[in-house]
Amino acid sequence: MVDPAFIAVSVITIGSAVVALEFREIIYGAIALAISLLGIAMYFVLLEATFVAMFQIAVYIGAVIVLVIFTIMLVRRQAWMAVPEGKRKIMGVVIMFITMVGLGAIFITSGLTGWHVPESTITFTQIGEQMLTYYSPVLIAMALTLAAAVIGALVLAKVDLGAKVDGGNS
Amino acid sequence: MAAIVDYVIVSAILLAIGIYGLTVKRNFIRMLFAIEIIINAANLNLVAFSRNLPIPNVTGQTLTLFSIAIAAAEVAVGLALIIVAYRLYREIDVKEFRSMSG
Repeated sequence: MVDPAFIAVSVITIGSAVVALEFREIIYGAIALAISLLGIAMYFVLLEATFVAMFQIAVYIGAVIVLVIFTIMLVRRQAWMAVPEGKRKIMGVVIMFITMVGLGAIFITSGLTGWHVPESTITFTQIGEQMLTYYSPVLIAMALTLAAAVIGALVLAKVDLGAKVDGGNS
Repeated sequence: MAAIVDYVIVSAILLAIGIYGLTVKRNFIRMLFAIEIIINAANLNLVAFSRNLPIPNVTGQTLTLFSIAIAAAEVAVGLALIIVAYRLYREIDVKEFRSMSG
């Protein structure tokens, strides 16, 4: 028997994922995406991975969604709202259902249904321990990747003021 | 508590929604939303398996933390690209980025 909390979280997550892609006004789409990511964090809590859930909320809702909303405010235009999709939309829905039914059938007929939920022995101290011992080179590589990504983003989005002034004068 | 197969099916549904978004939408920001949904489906799978293996272990959760960090970096670069494209084309519809096509 599936527990009610799981069903509630599933409805929230999947529903807001669809709303995020389909709502006409893109800024409400971003908020729906935030709710969907919060739903994923709730799944992590149900799976007793509270540290990952906290990280998910801090990184996604705290940073990514705020960044997305600011970008939408910078580039927003009315013209986007009336993009006709027509034939591509039907194709997309067909591909979506093929993926959904195909993968669903594979998972239901696989041995996964026979798995029992074991007693959990995981604590977040183990995560910290693994991160600072076995995964420490990965952690350093991750830090460099993040730094490179942030610097890259800044360089890309930088406004070249000097060039603009010259262009205006000539 | 829900069994692992439920989590895996939810994850498959989210993956399908993400693929739908990537194929149908032409708005750059919406495509980024679809990518986020797919990444989260993958993360959900990792944590679900980490909890439900016969001997639960912490590797899946650690990997998820790294995956979330990578996704955040990807979004930062993606949004910078959107700003640059908007400055060049005054548009974020990927169909309008004509000079990028071969």
